[in-house]
Amino acid sequence: MNAATAVLIIMTIGTYALKSAGPLVLGDRVLPVRLRQIVDLLPAALLAALAIVSTVGDGQQIVIDARLVGLVVAGLALWRRAPFVVVIVLASAATALTRLVT
Amino acid sequence: MTLAEAADDATRRRAIRRQAASIVAAVAPFGIVFGAAAATAGLDLWQAVGFSSLVFGGSSQFAAVEILGDGGSIASAAIAGLLLNVRSLAFGVIMAEALAGPWWKRATMSQLMIDESTAVGAAQSDLHWRRYGYLVAGIGVFVVWNLTTIVGFVVFSDAGNLITDLGLDAAGPAAFLALLWPRLAIPAQRRTAIAGALIAVMLIPFTAPGVPILASMLGVAVTRAWPPTERSAEGLAS
Repeated sequence: MNAATAVLIIMTIGTYALKSAGPLVLGDRVLPVRLRQIVDLLPAALLAALAIVSTVGDGQQIVIDARLVGLVVAGLALWRRAPFVVVIVLASAATALTRLVT
Repeated sequence: MTLAEAADDATRRRAIRRQAASIVAAVAPFGIVFGAAAATAGLDLWQAVGFSSLVFGGSSQFAAVEILGDGGSIASAAIAGLLLNVRSLAFGVIMAEALAGPWWKRATMSQLMIDESTAVGAAQSDLHWRRYGYLVAGIGVFVVWNLTTIVGFVVFSDAGNLITDLGLDAAGPAAFLALLWPRLAIPAQRRTAIAGALIAVMLIPFTAPGVPILASMLGVAVTRAWPPTERSAEGLAS
């Protein structure tokens, strides 16, 4: 068994344990109100973090580049109530264009 | 169910499918790059597809394969990969209620627990649609991710420029922002989003990749502590 297979097996088991812990342990249990309120807010923090980290993150470095232009354009498009697909396409196009001219 | 309700359901289903389709399309080039990276790192095709189907966690796959390619140890590759997936633990807590059912169903659906499926699922306002969004995005990404892994492995040896040339690395951030957008109209949700984003960005230089996303959840604690007058912290729960 080579190194890649070993890593594959360890990560398969470990990742599945992390993924399934919530659904399997919490199951159908109805959460207490306090906890519910927290869980309802979690996606806001999560989505904001995913958006910003995938914009300015590069490994352990903060890198400001054309991706930020894409995010700003996405924000403007959303503000103008553009449909989801249009937002994605505009953001990608703005980023590609920025790279082209800089 | 009245006619109006049925029409409303069809509209929502379409809207969710459109969100999922955009995200799935945005994932495809990254699948190609992963396949190419796996080939470059000296993996076999079955190992590359094994990562994409059994592990099924984009960034963790890249990290592990990159470390393996650089000659890193089994432990360092596996630990780096698993650290990136610790956030699935939090995703599971967010999605658990929407994924209720017999244990074997919950066990199967858990495999789809990734950024994209959780993002689309969590963006919906009630449990039924959360589950639907999670499954549509999860299955869509799973299929496309594995197919593009094969294409990347077999066809492309260096697809890195494809993503930056087309600006596709901005597609993910834009999708996450679009899913967040409706929540920003609600004060408690907006404060949480800002706090989460700030925490994540500040941690980027100091922690392993993946940890900032996980730590952003602490943004909720900030929101709930300040200001204490806010009683409608339930946000989109209605």
